[in-house]
Amino acid sequence: MLPSYLTMAAILFCIGLYGALVKRNAVVVLLSLELMLNAVNLNLIAFSKYGVAPSLTGQIFSLFTITVAAAEAAIGVAILIALFRLRGTVNVDEFNKMRR
Amino acid sequence: MDKYTQAAWIIPLFPLVAFLVLTALGRSYRRAGVFIGSLGSLAAFAMSLLILTDRLSGSEVDYNHSFDWIAIGDYTLRIGFEVTNLTALMLVVVTLVSFIVNVYSAGYMKDDERITVFYGYVALFTFSMLGLVLSDNLLSFYIFWELVGVCSFLLIGFWFTLPKARAAAKKAFIVTRIGDAGLLLAILLLFWYMPDHALDFTTIQSVFDGQSGAITNGITTLIALLIFLGAMGKSGQFPLHVWLPDAMEGPTPISALIHAATMVAAGVFLVARTYDIFQDSAAAMETIAYIGGFTAIFAATIALAQNDIKRILAYSTVSQLGYMMMALGLGSLTGGIFHLFTHAFFKALLFLGAGSIIHAVHTQNINEMGGLGSKMKVTAWTFAIGALALAGIPPLSGFWSKDLILSIAWETNPLLFVVGLATAFCTALYMSRLFFLVFTGKPSAATSGAKESSALMTVPLVVLAALALAAGFIETPWNGWFGGWLNDGAEEAHDSAVAIVASIAVGLLGIYIGWLVYGKRSVSSSALRENTPWLVRVLERSYYMDEFYAAVIVKPLKLIGSALTAFDIYVIGGIVRLTGAAVSTAGKTAARLQNGQVQTYGLAAVIGFVILVVAIVGRRFLP
Repeated sequence: MLPSYLTMAAILFCIGLYGALVKRNAVVVLLSLELMLNAVNLNLIAFSKYGVAPSLTGQIFSLFTITVAAAEAAIGVAILIALFRLRGTVNVDEFNKMRR
Repeated sequence: MDKYTQAAWIIPLFPLVAFLVLTALGRSYRRAGVFIGSLGSLAAFAMSLLILTDRLSGSEVDYNHSFDWIAIGDYTLRIGFEVTNLTALMLVVVTLVSFIVNVYSAGYMKDDERITVFYGYVALFTFSMLGLVLSDNLLSFYIFWELVGVCSFLLIGFWFTLPKARAAAKKAFIVTRIGDAGLLLAILLLFWYMPDHALDFTTIQSVFDGQSGAITNGITTLIALLIFLGAMGKSGQFPLHVWLPDAMEGPTPISALIHAATMVAAGVFLVARTYDIFQDSAAAMETIAYIGGFTAIFAATIALAQNDIKRILAYSTVSQLGYMMMALGLGSLTGGIFHLFTHAFFKALLFLGAGSIIHAVHTQNINEMGGLGSKMKVTAWTFAIGALALAGIPPLSGFWSKDLILSIAWETNPLLFVVGLATAFCTALYMSRLFFLVFTGKPSAATSGAKESSALMTVPLVVLAALALAAGFIETPWNGWFGGWLNDGAEEAHDSAVAIVASIAVGLLGIYIGWLVYGKRSVSSSALRENTPWLVRVLERSYYMDEFYAAVIVKPLKLIGSALTAFDIYVIGGIVRLTGAAVSTAGKTAARLQNGQVQTYGLAAVIGFVILVVAIVGRRFLP
């Protein structure tokens, strides 16, 4: 059972990575980041159930990750709204003020 | 009997405090400069007088006080001060002339904008010179030696807006630096060879007593000659004399203080202070005597043909310093120091008199002067006293000291006796030429409106004239008190009738010829110029010494300098610029990667990660 869970997580992670690197809309980039985090959660739970030494720790870790992901999403969206008010766009290509 | 001597260290502090206060005050307090500067040197003079009374009242033992300064391993460097009869005498001479010059400058420099700076420099110089005199070891002596050199530089270049003054200041600094290098080498050699690396004068005295044999003869001669090289630079001995005439670009009171009475005598003082080393080496003594004698006659002949009043006096100073060196080389400490003592007064008098004249007529060319005798009575009379003292006419001070030197030469070295006599003749001749051209004859355009200078300037002249009159009586052919006092009882008696008669005769002859040519004008002054124009030209150009140095030393050095500059600009600088450009280009190229797109960075990180994974995993499949 483990390989199918891991394959599923890997596919999910790659979709998230693709979205985070390629999408121009910042909201979609944030969504993609959530996908990557959830892929990691899936891995944790799969290993905690079917791993070499199954234990409840992995599931508890995934709970923490979900909490942190919620906080991250909240901060990310808050920054995004502030940026949108300032620049009138959510296009990632135009957020290059840090260049110099 | 050492109640004042113990506090001798305080003497240099008076002018030092004056210097610090004047520097802190800045230029705004013009009167304060005169007041504080004079007060500092007056206090130092009073203290020096008290110490001299200590010495005169029978202190036989030199007073020395020193403390540990630096300890390196087993070696301890001590510094301190020492009062001997010689240093007590120098203290009085330096502080007295310094005080007189301070007072005089109040009149001479009163219209100068930077008069406070001037007084600050003079105070700093006085401090350095007193420190030099009081030093009890060669190392601190050397420190003060360089300090007086710096003050000399600052004061020659005091009017630094004039290109000539700038050039003269640089020349003085660089030429004396050659001598300083010699002195430094001598100190290093002494440090190397002396037992316990001692550098204090007391130990030097005991090591070089002629029999300890701690240091071989060759090394002794080398050390003595290197010390003398330093003395040559400061005291303007041939061939390092070239800076002294140019130094006349400085203010005239400075010429009197530094370049006639005190600093240039520091070389003579140095030789006298380390005299035991010289006495151990006959070769060194002979070298000093001949260089001194040659300098004396060499500079005196140049002075015959100069037209600038201060340059005449400058060459005269070089010539008289040569006399002092000659006396030291002939083995007479008394002769050298006695002449230093009298010369300090009458030469300072002559320079201050010349300053008074220049102040009144605004020219330094004696051909443009004339008839000043009736307009400037005090200056004329005091100048006459100074000139007669310099020419060696009894009973003025210069006669006694010059006569002592000539007597010694007569007894020991006939050749140098003749040279000394010829110098005395030239001296009398150029001084009478100077005097008659300036003070007698018809007033010229420059001198018709001349007035006597203010009391601030004439009173110092009168004081110095009194000293120039009387200072010689401390040592006469029938009274060797000074020599006995200076040499701790070892009395030298010299009363050579031949020398006395000869020196009076050539002095009077020189003055008579000068009077015939320039006073009575019964002999044409241009006869010599018409008959032997080359001789006059050679003398006017000072034997082409400056041109010689320019061609042989300055030009090659400048060529090397410009070659090295080109190397620096094009090769060293090229490499530096190339390195800079390469780094800057690399930076600009690399900066293109930083485009501000977070997604690009992320992509780069992923690609890097993939490469890493491929590399690590792929290694497994390699054999």
